[in-house]
Amino acid sequence: MYTVITAISVWAIPALICFILIYGIIKGLPVYETFVEGAKEGFGTAINIIPHLVGMMVAVSIFRASGALDYLLLFISPVLSLLYIPAEVVPLAIIRPISGAGALAITSDLIAQYGPDSFIGRLASTMQGSTDTTLYVLTVYFGAIGVRKIGYALKVGLLADLAGALAAILIVTIVFG
Amino acid sequence: MVNVIWFGLIVIGVIVAALEGNLQAVNEAAFEGAKEGVTICFGLISILVFWLGMMKIARESGLLETFAKILSPVAHRLFPDVPKDHPAMGYILANMSANLFGLGNAATPMGIKAMEELQKLNPHKEKATPAMITLMALNTSSITLIPTTVIAIRLNYGSSNAVEIVGTTLFATFCSTLIAVMLDRWCRRRYGY
Repeated sequence: MYTVITAISVWAIPALICFILIYGIIKGLPVYETFVEGAKEGFGTAINIIPHLVGMMVAVSIFRASGALDYLLLFISPVLSLLYIPAEVVPLAIIRPISGAGALAITSDLIAQYGPDSFIGRLASTMQGSTDTTLYVLTVYFGAIGVRKIGYALKVGLLADLAGALAAILIVTIVFG
Repeated sequence: MVNVIWFGLIVIGVIVAALEGNLQAVNEAAFEGAKEGVTICFGLISILVFWLGMMKIARESGLLETFAKILSPVAHRLFPDVPKDHPAMGYILANMSANLFGLGNAATPMGIKAMEELQKLNPHKEKATPAMITLMALNTSSITLIPTTVIAIRLNYGSSNAVEIVGTTLFATFCSTLIAVMLDRWCRRRYGY
């Protein structure tokens, strides 16, 4: 299992790159010129995202540093405990959708503290791998195209995160509990 | 919506900090956050430039189109309002595949490209279309086969079986994706799209 998975993760990108290039050559494409032409768009796109990401990162950073996030945790923890979410992973479940770097720090911390092969370690690993940072995805994707009215996107994203956390607890309890 | 969240995060943060006598932390956090935002974007430059170059080859050669055609039964059900042969479909599928294989770095450029194509179909440029929200929902909840970062952390802390969480992650992401898609559909109907 382990060797298969490492092999896949090592081979995936090189194989994909070769496949795209070989397919292009077969179709008679000037691959280098085409690459450069497409690559030009990349810089502008990244620069366009800066204002959106700076704005959002400042807000998240202030919210966290002020201690407001700790109060939010204090407030939400009892509710999540009712859902059988172990207290240790509650901060992870709450921060995961808000801050990718924050969540990674908490996951590393939990794994370091309880060990990667403990129940908490496995649960934190599964939760970390299970969702992406909703606020980041929203900011980057909608920022890149200048959409400001996001409709019900945040609601769907956050509820999916909650569903992911609950599913992680359920399956980790069944498999490793 | 974004306005309210942004405003809320900052104003609540400042009020809490003021009450705690912790305003200095807000000063630092504001600039730290700004720096982090720029750092992430600069990190994205290399990835975007490289993958958008590769994607251009995939698109010009017709690879993206072929790929979209093979997977169109699934894709068409998920994105009923995107025409079957629209370029957006190819990018959406490339984005989904990259997420599936845990190629987070490659997924973002393709997701952005898909959004740009969806924006071309958008009659109100300021407002997200249902297809855009579906794509966003699939991305935040996305099914993951190989959670590479987590496996690396586990190895780092001496796990005896670093990949044992692959199965549980797959199950959890399958559930979250399913629920994201269902919620998305429900919201679509409820908000009259």
